[in-house]
Amino acid sequence: MTEPIQVNFEKCTGCGLCSKSCPFGAITIVEKKARIGELCTLCSACVQICPVQAITIERREVKVDLSLYRDVWVVTEVGEGCMKGVSFELLGKARELAAELGQKVCALLLGHGVRQYTDSLAEYGADVVYLAESEALARYTTDAYSPVISGLIAKHKPNIVLFPATRMGRDLAPRVAATLGLGLTADCTGLSIKDGMLLQTRPAFGGNIMADILCPYTRPQMATVRPNVMPKPEPQRGRRAEVVEVPVKLDPKSARVHLREQVRTCAAGGKKIDEADVVVTGGRGACDANGFELLQALADELGGVVGASRVAIDLGKKPKSVQVGQSGITVSPKLYIACGVSGAIQHTVGMRGSKLVIAVNTDPGAPIFEFAQYGVVGDLFQIVPALTEEIRRRKACK
Amino acid sequence: MRIAVCVKQVPDTTEVKIDPKTGTLIREGVPSIINPFDQFAVEEAVRLRDAAGGGEVIAISMGPPQARSVLVHSMALGADRGVLLCDRGFAGADTWATALSLSLAIKKLGEFDLVLCGMQAIDGDTAQVGPELAQLLSLPQITYVDKVEIEGRKVVARRQLDEGYEVVEARMPALLTLMTPSDFVPTNPPFSKISRAQKKPLDTWGICDVGGDPEKLGLKGSFTTVTRVYTPPKREKAVMLEGTPTEIARKLADVLAKEGFI
Repeated sequence: MTEPIQVNFEKCTGCGLCSKSCPFGAITIVEKKARIGELCTLCSACVQICPVQAITIERREVKVDLSLYRDVWVVTEVGEGCMKGVSFELLGKARELAAELGQKVCALLLGHGVRQYTDSLAEYGADVVYLAESEALARYTTDAYSPVISGLIAKHKPNIVLFPATRMGRDLAPRVAATLGLGLTADCTGLSIKDGMLLQTRPAFGGNIMADILCPYTRPQMATVRPNVMPKPEPQRGRRAEVVEVPVKLDPKSARVHLREQVRTCAAGGKKIDEADVVVTGGRGACDANGFELLQALADELGGVVGASRVAIDLGKKPKSVQVGQSGITVSPKLYIACGVSGAIQHTVGMRGSKLVIAVNTDPGAPIFEFAQYGVVGDLFQIVPALTEEIRRRKACK
Repeated sequence: MRIAVCVKQVPDTTEVKIDPKTGTLIREGVPSIINPFDQFAVEEAVRLRDAAGGGEVIAISMGPPQARSVLVHSMALGADRGVLLCDRGFAGADTWATALSLSLAIKKLGEFDLVLCGMQAIDGDTAQVGPELAQLLSLPQITYVDKVEIEGRKVVARRQLDEGYEVVEARMPALLTLMTPSDFVPTNPPFSKISRAQKKPLDTWGICDVGGDPEKLGLKGSFTTVTRVYTPPKREKAVMLEGTPTEIARKLADVLAKEGFI
């Protein structure tokens, strides 16, 4: 079998830019020519950077008529007694994409007793709501949701389907993709239209690298999108949508995974960390003595919530539900105050969407300062109480 | 108890740095490791096998020849054998083509009670291969599991939700994707076990061995195409505030007032 990646030795000047750009260390320069090694994953970083276009990658051909697929779909998610904010964020993005394509926005609403949400989905941008009401859909399960959504996609042939990159969406979307044999891009932070296709931007290597991804051969183009990275649109009051009832006949025996127990937890104070406007986060440096009490006092003054880095969670200072970062929650508050957080990429990937970032750390070399607009090299045990006091004083003077 | 565990070799990203001049990843000195979530999956597979009084744990990986080392590592942790899917035709696979390759290998290996995967790899972070593999093997899936036990023919798993958790059960066979509980400390196998693992059976299979269609695997079989890879634009470095704690507090309060937070 011939290699899909080829180096044209006549063009190659041996400049070595490809070797430097390769995230996998797969390219070496031998006798002034680039050699692609077995570590190559065909990511195409080298193809982009090569100044003389000496490297080419052969891709598969398109065989189906992709223009038959129309409209931008959003799979919505209902939380505890409310529509999850990410559903509206995705509708906002879907509106933008659909406007550019001249297509419609359709929302998929699955659940039991969820009809009440159709109006708000319309106000946030849905032209059509596919409503699947069934007792079998009351709680999310892979075996119930995946066939319903796969069936709707197969029948109506959307062009784009967006899923929330929540635990639900990341369980569901790949199952649907594999059922229908479709491409899927995980955890996108950016979406746009390029040459009529969905250009999907996502972080990899813990946020160290960004990748632009297209799905040229199959439709729909599917992506999961992180909560809190797309702005929530302004609702248009009174906007209406066509509601299409989806009859659901699920055989209860088809469920293969059964619930024994469910425990719902929420951040202290009721406000969830990914919905708060102000987040005050503590890392290793806040784990001594009453560090987190000081942070709580500051958060209280600012009407915010307290988050924590993985270290603080592991030390038992805060519950897992407020962990910011790669293995925790992505937040994008208006104000993020990082105290005693060094700023490892596993953490910053979860907070880099924050608007205003203030960092307090004793180590002037801490990477968190590269993500902050304002930095303080100092002891949070002195700075945080002084700031809390100063805010109290100013509020009292108002 | 027969368990297949999918493992991936990844760069130890905690040590990856960006060259400020060229804006590229500095790979020198960055070791390759077993994906931490996969290590947990291997350790759980071994524990479940032993608790069941025996059986077989087979570690499967797809990658270049050097990915052998994660299979040896898995066997040092207690897996009974390893299978490496190694063929240039597998290269460039997106999550779909990867899941398809793994499904062929698992089908070839026969019946399993459980298939375990890490919840995601720390390089790609997609969390897609597990559920895609479950669908291709027609198995029920339980994702984000941090605790698992066997009760007769049932697997009982605690899965983490965005808010809280649930405990679910399924008849085996089933596929689980595992996330490490916060108190997980990966076992570092001693040299004697690594040395013994070198003698355990480790097969290397190409596309022909698993009966795959080269047109449907690797880059050719992938539905998604990476068109550009780049480092995210760097933010401007922070404005550093100096002075006594009181002075700094005043300056910070000025910023917060200007931005409307006070």
